[in-house]
Amino acid sequence: MRRTERPVWMGPVSWPAVVLRAAVLLVACLAVLLPFLSVVMTSLAGQEEINEAGGFVLWAAEPTLNAYRAVLSGGVVTQAMIVSIGVTAVGTAVSLLSTIGLAYGLSRPGSLGHGLMLRVTLFTLFFTPGIIPMYLLVQHLGLIDQWAALILPVMVNAFNVIVMRSFFLDMPGELIEAAKIDGASEFATLVRIVLPLSRAVVAVVGLFYAVAYWNAFFTALLYIQSPEKWPLSLVLRTFVVDQTPIGADELSAGSTALPPQTAIQTAIIALSVIPVLVIYPFLQKHFRAGLLVGGVKG
Amino acid sequence: MKPGLLVRKRSVEPRAPAPRPNDATTVSGHRRSRWRKDRVLIGLAAPGFLAVVLFNYVPLLGNVVAFQDFQPYLGVAGSQFIGFDNFDIIISGDAEFLNALRNTLVITFIQVVLVFPLPICLALLLNSLMNDRVKVLVQSVLYLPHFLSWVIVVALFQNMFGATGQFNSILAATGLPGVTIMGVPELFKAVITSQVIWKDTGWSAIIYLAALSRVDTNLYEAAALDRAGPWQRLWHVTLPAIRPVIILLLILKLGDALSVGFEQILLQQAPVGTSVSEVLDTYVYNNGIVGQNWGVAAAIGLVKGIVGVILVLAANRVAHVFGERGVYQR
Repeated sequence: MRRTERPVWMGPVSWPAVVLRAAVLLVACLAVLLPFLSVVMTSLAGQEEINEAGGFVLWAAEPTLNAYRAVLSGGVVTQAMIVSIGVTAVGTAVSLLSTIGLAYGLSRPGSLGHGLMLRVTLFTLFFTPGIIPMYLLVQHLGLIDQWAALILPVMVNAFNVIVMRSFFLDMPGELIEAAKIDGASEFATLVRIVLPLSRAVVAVVGLFYAVAYWNAFFTALLYIQSPEKWPLSLVLRTFVVDQTPIGADELSAGSTALPPQTAIQTAIIALSVIPVLVIYPFLQKHFRAGLLVGGVKG
Repeated sequence: MKPGLLVRKRSVEPRAPAPRPNDATTVSGHRRSRWRKDRVLIGLAAPGFLAVVLFNYVPLLGNVVAFQDFQPYLGVAGSQFIGFDNFDIIISGDAEFLNALRNTLVITFIQVVLVFPLPICLALLLNSLMNDRVKVLVQSVLYLPHFLSWVIVVALFQNMFGATGQFNSILAATGLPGVTIMGVPELFKAVITSQVIWKDTGWSAIIYLAALSRVDTNLYEAAALDRAGPWQRLWHVTLPAIRPVIILLLILKLGDALSVGFEQILLQQAPVGTSVSEVLDTYVYNNGIVGQNWGVAAAIGLVKGIVGVILVLAANRVAHVFGERGVYQR
């Protein structure tokens, strides 16, 4: 049984308090889950069901994938999906490699320049450079309207470096010393000894980067100008938040009748949420491991 | 704000440089030999470190445009220096700027008073659950919205509270007149506050839960023996135990006082207008990037950044005065 025994000192169970707690938590969970249910159901509904429900549907009796077929058969949404997937994949790989390198370089005690580099990295948590100077730098580097502008400025996150470095520091030093005595170079030690033991932290940091790239909105708004280079977040903003009507031209759906606007909009929302929902369980199982809050004990 | 800032204290102190057994000749600190020994490590760290410097410190140089009549076609090098003219808007109290400042401070105040205590209450509630399976399930559900972007959150809220949203369908079904909650200027601050609560209450509780899990249960037992009831145990045992974490997060929140929900607000300005929704960050964006008023926007961004750093350091100093640990120690 997972149930912990109730210690004697807690005194008798107070049933009104139990009911109250259960009610509060139930309402909170429903408040989180209902919007998702409503979006998924509406995206699966046909025109009559949407009309009948007066806008949004809570249960699609006759689910249809027409809206998904329409947005995924080419056109702006498909294009934006591909851009978002590409930026997320490349960005996560680049971020992980540079973060692992920096965290490992900063985790070997007493190496040359490591104190200074650590301080310089940590201090970035205290400030943000500001919108205008950031824009001018990206412009100066010739990255405006390039997908690289979605990756390079946010490539290394100091918080992730710290999480990874603490993990490396907590690793038994004997392992690394043993590898050194066997003649392994620093690089070989990292690849053969340290990384295989750090799968959990690499997974969590990688997922954090992936979620950040997938969700990126402001960097895209700031740096990407051509609509054909838009990631999904800008498509979502234009056609869902700003309610710009989405028609046959944007979808290249051909001669077939368009599914209802509401279904298309909710399908775009669902497509933006699904990848996060898919990787969430993998992220979630690490929360309890205390990986991220392990440093609090100070 | 990410909980990771808490690790700063521990991480700043590098471990004592332990002499390695097999290179006793090099520890003495000859730079050349240290470089030869450590060049692989430095090479590994270099790409990430250069990115940190290039995209965090180099942009600070761009703040010179705050003192220029910046024209994009002339560039930073060719634009004329005009001293502090761009700061006139702040000094003379331009109406639009003051409006943005006022909205920012009001929203920060609402968030400190109404939003900040909620994760603490949630953590206390979750901590009181005896059944681990229920606890994990509730946590999993409530953490989820944190991982959605603001675009998605705003879209979901429109789905619920927009002109044709669920809420209006329910009103229509019961015969009541509909109301587009998300388009009413007077309700704007309530809407963004509820969005922040929906998105981040669960996730923010994680840090308090970690602190609560480390409270010594012997303390509760001793308190109970001394006839302390549940509320007295909460007040005299639990809250003092998590007080350092509460103060630390409050300091970080105050340091962020001038940055409120930039993406979130930018996405929802159109239907309600700028008089209720303009905050400092959107002011800088709308004037600088959209309005091409580079110098003034940069000046305001610069002042905002400096005030932000001062606020964190000052709040931390206050925490030290009251004998708390704060973000870092002296």
